[in-house]
Amino acid sequence: MQQTIMSYVNAFFIGGLICAVGQVLIDKTKLSAARILVLFVTVGVVLTALGLYQKLLAIGGAGATIPLTGFGYSLAKGAFNDVDKYGLLGAFTGGIRATAAGISAAIFFGYLASVAFKPKPKQ
Amino acid sequence: MQQVMTGDEYKKYVDSKAPDSKLLRNVIRAFSVGGLICVVGQFFVNSFSRMGFDMDVSASLTSMTMIFLGVLFTGLNLYDDLGRFAGAGSIVPITGFANSIASPAMEYKSEGYVLGVGARMFLIAGPVLVYGISASIIVGILHYLLKF
Repeated sequence: MQQTIMSYVNAFFIGGLICAVGQVLIDKTKLSAARILVLFVTVGVVLTALGLYQKLLAIGGAGATIPLTGFGYSLAKGAFNDVDKYGLLGAFTGGIRATAAGISAAIFFGYLASVAFKPKPKQ
Repeated sequence: MQQVMTGDEYKKYVDSKAPDSKLLRNVIRAFSVGGLICVVGQFFVNSFSRMGFDMDVSASLTSMTMIFLGVLFTGLNLYDDLGRFAGAGSIVPITGFANSIASPAMEYKSEGYVLGVGARMFLIAGPVLVYGISASIIVGILHYLLKF
């Protein structure tokens, strides 16, 4: 029980912290949302390759996987796993293999939303 | 002696003071909302684990669920309101990635389902995938070379 509660507390603080970093970047550097997301996913890949993001994940759980840096983590981890299994080919298969569920879901649900919903009329 | 400022100087003075409190406010909002979204994610991770799925499957199912919710809230026109309040707190989580796909997909429906929806849905997700996947290939190749 206590372990469950701690998992929520840790997810809140680590996830909140990563988002707070993004907010500081937006306010201080005027980076657009697209650039922030590109930066975060790339930083996630690099930190994972260096073995650092795993430490954040061990503490934060979903607080580290839900932010887009966690998408980078999955990409890098997938590439490493597939390289270990299939050699050089794995560098090209691992990233998408590990993130296929998320990418496919986002494309499919996004498409369904465009069919089902009307955009808000512009004021 | 009373210091007199011209309009310009006063504006500079206000600008030098204002952003910091605004920054703090924005950061607190981003922290709280971003943190809460991750708590929701943690709830799904815990639930899927309790159902007996292993860690990787739980993580994938959680991503899919959060993406579904992000798309749903975008469709209901609620995610934009959240975004105005939370800033990076709604952009950085994976729900923000889902929003970045669903939002232009809906908006550009008027340009047709192929070049409108099909193309524009990658306005932001496209660059994320290009740089994310390319970076993963590069570190994958480095991992391969360093193994020898």
